[in-house]
This record gives sequence, C-alpha cells and structure tokens, in this order.
Amino acid sequence: MIWIVNNLWLIPALPLGAAGIIAVNKQPQRKLAATLAIGSMGVAFLLSLCAFSATLGHTGPGAFREIFSFHWIQFGGHWMDLGWVLDPLTAVMLMMVTFVGTLIFIFSVGYMAHDENFMRFFCFLALFAAGMLGVVIANNLFLFFVSWEIVGLTSYLLIGFWYHKPSAAAAAKKAFITTRIGDLGLLLGMVWLYAETGTLNFYDHGHGCLEGSALTQMAAHATLGGLAVSTMIGLLIFLGAVGKSGQVPLHVWLPDAMEGPTPVSALIHAATMVAAGVFLVARVYPLMAAGGIIGGHGVPVTTALTVVTWVGAITAIFAASIAVAQNDIKRILAYSTVSQLGYMMMGLGVGGVAVGMFHLITHAFFKALLFLGSGSVIHGCHEEQDVRNMGGLKKYMPLTFATYAIGMLALSGFPLLFSGFWSKDEILHAAHGWSVSQIPFYLGCTGALCTAFYMTRQVALVFFGQYRSAAVPGRSSHDSHRAEVLSQGSSSSHVAAAEDGRTPHSHQAQGLSHGSVSIHAAAAGDGRTPHESPAVMTVPLVILAGFAILLGFIGTPAWPWFDGYLTGEATPFDLGRLTEGGTLGLMLASAVIVFTGLGLGWLLYGIRPRQTAEEKDVLERAQPAIYKVLQNKYYVDEFYEATVIRFNAFTAQLCDFFDRWIFGGAVLAVTYVTLGLAWLYRLTDEHLVNFGFDTGCESLRQGGGELSKLQTGRVQTYLRIIGVALVALILFLIWGRKA
Amino acid sequence: MTPLQGCLLVSALLFAIGFAGAVTRRHAILALVGIELMLNAANLNFIAFWRYGPHPEALTGLMFVIFSIAIAAAEAAVGLALVIAIYRHYKTSNLDEVKDLKG
Repeated sequence: MIWIVNNLWLIPALPLGAAGIIAVNKQPQRKLAATLAIGSMGVAFLLSLCAFSATLGHTGPGAFREIFSFHWIQFGGHWMDLGWVLDPLTAVMLMMVTFVGTLIFIFSVGYMAHDENFMRFFCFLALFAAGMLGVVIANNLFLFFVSWEIVGLTSYLLIGFWYHKPSAAAAAKKAFITTRIGDLGLLLGMVWLYAETGTLNFYDHGHGCLEGSALTQMAAHATLGGLAVSTMIGLLIFLGAVGKSGQVPLHVWLPDAMEGPTPVSALIHAATMVAAGVFLVARVYPLMAAGGIIGGHGVPVTTALTVVTWVGAITAIFAASIAVAQNDIKRILAYSTVSQLGYMMMGLGVGGVAVGMFHLITHAFFKALLFLGSGSVIHGCHEEQDVRNMGGLKKYMPLTFATYAIGMLALSGFPLLFSGFWSKDEILHAAHGWSVSQIPFYLGCTGALCTAFYMTRQVALVFFGQYRSAAVPGRSSHDSHRAEVLSQGSSSSHVAAAEDGRTPHSHQAQGLSHGSVSIHAAAAGDGRTPHESPAVMTVPLVILAGFAILLGFIGTPAWPWFDGYLTGEATPFDLGRLTEGGTLGLMLASAVIVFTGLGLGWLLYGIRPRQTAEEKDVLERAQPAIYKVLQNKYYVDEFYEATVIRFNAFTAQLCDFFDRWIFGGAVLAVTYVTLGLAWLYRLTDEHLVNFGFDTGCESLRQGGGELSKLQTGRVQTYLRIIGVALVALILFLIWGRKA
Repeated sequence: MTPLQGCLLVSALLFAIGFAGAVTRRHAILALVGIELMLNAANLNFIAFWRYGPHPEALTGLMFVIFSIAIAAAEAAVGLALVIAIYRHYKTSNLDEVKDLKG
C-alpha cells in the first residue's frame, strides 16, 4: 500500500488543526490566521497532488481503489469501522477542493481585509475545508455523515457571518433548517442501510455496502410498493443530496445564502459544498444503479436514477428561468448554480458518474471564478449588488471584466474553447441517449438557452453601457440608503469610508500595498468611481480563468480521459469518435442553442444598453406578467410561507395551546392541591403542634425560674437550711422512735 | 448527772454557739471562727465518748482528735487563704455580698 493512502487523513486534519489554532488565538493576529489557513490548504493541495498522482499510475481492469479502515467503536459484538478510500473520484475531488479552496482563501485576504472578525472568518473557512475534505475521503457513510454535518454547520456559520444583519441571520437559519430536512432522509437511509447490510463501509474488500453481495441482496429484496430496498435507501440518501445541493423543492435556501461574504458564496455555495450532494450521489452510485436494466450507452436504468434525472432536469430549467429575471448580481449566479447542479444530477442519472462529475469539476472552477469576479465587482462598486446600478465596468475593471467574460462563456457553454461546453455537451449527449424519456433532454436544451441568455444579460448590464450609479437622479436617497445599510451591516471601516468620502480602495492600498496605484489615483478624484481590485484578488481570478478554459480538454468526446480515469480504462486519442453516434450533430445543435441564447441576450440588453437604473427591464415591458412570476421565483417562498410554514405555525400554536392549557392546567391543578395541603399542614403545625410544645416549654422555663430563686448564692442561708433540716431530722428520729 | 452527760452538754452548747456564730455573722472570718467552734464541739464529743466508753485504754479517741485538730489547722489555713482571695477579688469580706459564682 502506498504511504499516501495510510496518511490520507492528513488532508482534512491540516485545515482542522489550523481552525483549532486560529480559534484559540486572540483576535488581532490576522497575519497568523491567514497564513495558517492558506498554508494548511496549500499543504493539503500538495498532498492531494500526491494522492492524485498515485491514482494516475494505475493500469489494469477496474478503477484504482485503496482503502484504509480501523475499528472505532464497539457495540454488542459488532465493530463500527471508520476509514478512508482513495479512488479516482476521491482524488479528483480532493484536487478540486484544495485548489479552488486555496485560491478562494487567498482572495478572502483581500476581500475581508477590513472586517473586524477576520480571524473568525478564517477559522470557519478552515473548519469548512476540513469538513469538506472529510466528506471527500470518507469510506464510511457514518464518517461521511459527520463531515457532512460539519460542512452544514460551517455553512450556517458563514452565511450568518454578518449576523447583525437580520436578513443574514434569517438566511442562515433558513439554510440550516432546509438542509436539515434533507439530512433527515440521509440519516434514515443510513440507518436502513446499516440494518440491511450490517456495515456502513462503502468498500471493504468485497464486504462493503457498495460491493457485490450486499448490492445483489438489497436489489433482490423488495419492500413497500414493490420497490427494491436498494432503491428506497438510494432515494432516502438522494434526499440528503437534494437538500445540500439545492435541488427542487429544497432549493430555496441557496439563493438566500448569498447573504454571506462573497468568498463564502464562491467556496461553499458554488464550488464545493453544494457539489457535495452531487458527490454523494456519485459515491453511492453503485447502490442507485443496483439491479438496473442496462439501457442505451451501457448506462443502467433504475427507479432511483430516474428520480435523480427528473429532479435534476426540472431543477435545471426551473432555476435557469428564474435567473433570467433577477437583478442582484449574486442572486443571478446563485440561481445559475442551482440550475447547474440540476445538470449534474441529470448527468449522473442519465450518464453515470463520469458525466456528472465532469460537469461538477468544470463548474466548480468557472463558478468560483464568476463568484470571485462578482465579489471583485461588488468590492469595486462600493458594496453595490444591484446590476441595474452598475454598467460600463469594462472600462474601470478590465482584468475583472476579462476573467468574468471567460467564466460567463464557460458557463454558457461557448463551443470548443471553454470547459462548460464540453461538460454540458456530455450531459446533453447522455440525456439524448436516455432510454426512458426524451423530455429531460429538451428541458436541458431549454435550460442551456436560458443560461446563455441570462449570463449575456448580466454581463451586458454590469460591464457594458455606461456607469449608471452616478447618473441616477435620485442619487442622494440611494446614498443615504446605502449608508444606512452600511451602518447596520458591514465593518466599521466601511462606515468610516462612507463618511469621509474616501473609497474602500484607498484603505486597500494602505492595508495591502497590492493595489494598482495608477487606478487608485484616478479613482481618488471621484469617491464614487468604480475601481479595479488589488492583485491579491485578481490573481486568483486569472488562475481560475485559465482552468475554466483548459479543464474542458480532459473530457472531450475525442479524448474522454476523465471518463477513462474514473472507470480505469485506457483512453486513446481518437478524432473519429467526434463523428460517431450523432455526437457532431448534437455538438452543432448545442452550439446553435448557445449562440441563440447569447444573441438574444445581446439583442435585448447589449445593442441598446439600459440608460438609467430605474427604467423597466426589456422583458418586463414585453411580458410583465411572466416577468413578475419569474422575478418572484415562481412564488415558491410564498407558497412555502402559505403551506409548510403556516402549517408549522398552526401546529406550533396547537402545541402551545395544549401545553399551556391542557398540560399546564394539569400541572396547575396539582400545584393548587399541593398548595392547599401545605396550607393545611402549616395551620396544624402552627396552631396545634407548636402551641402545645410552646406551652410545655414555657411552663418548664417558668418552673425553672421559680426554683432557681432558691439558689441565692448566700452560703449562710444554705447553712441555716441545713441547720433547720438537721433539727427537723432529729425531731423526726426522736418522735419516730417513740411511736 | 454523769461526767459524760456533762461533757455532752458542754459540747452541745459549744456547737450551738458555733452554729449561731457561723450563721449570723456577716464577716467571713467570724463565720470561720463559728465553724471552728462547731468542730471543737465534735472533738469534745470524741474525747468524751472515748474516755467514758468501754475501752478507754485503747487511745483510739485521742488519736482521732489529734488527727482532727491537725486537719482543722490546715483547714483554717485554707479557709483564711480563701477569705483573703475573696477579699482581693470583691474588695469586701461581707458574706452577703459574696453570692455570685461568676467572676
């Protein structure tokens, strides 16, 4: 066994240790916190590189897989094992998480430079990284679940990082509770799986729950509704993935989670944590696929995978259509994330692990790029998030624009050059060949059209036209609003900046000395002009942009290296495959779709750019009713408000009533009875027992007092008494004898 | 009246006088003098009963009385010492005023 397999635990342990050290240190040690967090992630990345290279050298039938297990706890005669597994799936996720994580940590140093809770932020980030890496390496559903919950906790903590903002606190709560619903399913699935197979290890040299005999047994064993046990457990586990990955109907928390700092949105709510749900499905894919009929492309078809596909497809189109009508730069990206996660699920359902995971990896890079880009835009526009108030930023922030455009084209799936094209195309290709139904394919195509459209809209609104914020007539009211938000919200330095009219950028230049001084000098003339971000923020953008382009080439139809890497097959380069089985036609079709979306977006938003922040959206003027529905996210939140939450509130009130009047009444009755008894008891005690006792005592005391008067202390009195007594005795003796 | 009766009469008288003195005198030393009288009355009784008793040759009564007188001497010394201590403490030797055990 290779040493990296035995020491794989180091990868999550390093950030965990960093989080612990940061947590016990005092607040002002920013440099220490940043160094520890970034350093631990960097080392974790190097270790991941070792792990990745260990899986690369493997040849032979089947994928590379090494496990390490140890006994953890004994109950009854049974040992619960913990352990980790190194296979291509783990290795590729490790690479992605540590690499993207390191870049985002570096970006955070710039983004959070002014926040007074800098230490806390990095502590949570490092803890999150530890949890996420734990999820990735776990070879045991229990260890997986523990890490999964750590990830959920840090997500909650980071969404509510600015907890003094009521909206952030509410969003954190919403995220936590919504994902908890999914986690309940995961927990039930876990328990059922344990009851069924007696082990929670994924792989255990033939005895794991994802290996031969256990799967056959579960697939053969039918339960309610005629569904196999494996299907039921798979669906319960999928429920956990639905909650974490923001699939319909539990997607509502993800857009709200954008209340957190932007690096958090990039790391947790775009690149890694939300992908954990997809990863979970990929991990338990053998369970989902157990007992399936082999359909087209050699992909198994089961009830569980069908459900995964449909949920994914519906999520993809649903969220993509909402994103069309949003105005918050991060919310657009959030809905885009939900939609892309839907694609990944669909990819897993129709095409297997490789298809879904390929999109997961490429998406992680370009979505992290987009979020960090939006963070740079927000930072440069002085905490402005509404795209209607932006515009023309191409001129002010060229580097951000260039990288953002690359991310946008990758997300839209611009043909040939960008990674998103290849991964999305692979999903659509698999969906086209799906033997159950063609509808997911068409949903996916429509979603792709929407994606290209809303990304063009966003880029056109943010980077093209003219900067609208200063041109707004009602500028003063807007300013006061922002000042209010700032004073409630972010750090005090922002407030100071708003008050003395300096830009946050000038702080940036002082604090970090990375800032591009020339732009800063230009910006200093007008306190409200947008400015480019410092190098500590733009360098990660450039690196991510590079990967957003290059990563596509590891999974093209001509050279499906990624597919082969995951399944353990050699994959020669073969241009001929491009023309096989309608691949070329589909690629052309998807290119047409993308160009249609891009063109439509440019037609509506690019040619005649929006002039003022107040004017109505082009779509709103054309179709006010539909636009309103989309802008209000299909009223899902309102629907939940009216049904689930109202029902919950009603139940709570009912329980309150029961508690207050039925149970409370019973308790009160008991109280009063006890009180009455106690009163009676006191009465007897005071007036009967105490009275008798007191009287006795008093008379005894008085008697003692009387008698003590005899004790005068005069010796002669005593002598006299003795004399009298002697005489009396003598007289008695004399007379007594006579008688 | 036999000599014994005479002796007893004298001793009874002596005892009565001693008792009266011990009971009535306010001064501690005079009360002590009364007590000494009563003691000597008892000694006289001893001598009388021995001298006129069945075995006057055995000298028992004489021995008793010599011991008694010796002890009485010691007792008188202790008594006088007590009186002086009381006087130092209370600045008086009036027995009516010395009635507390508490210092």
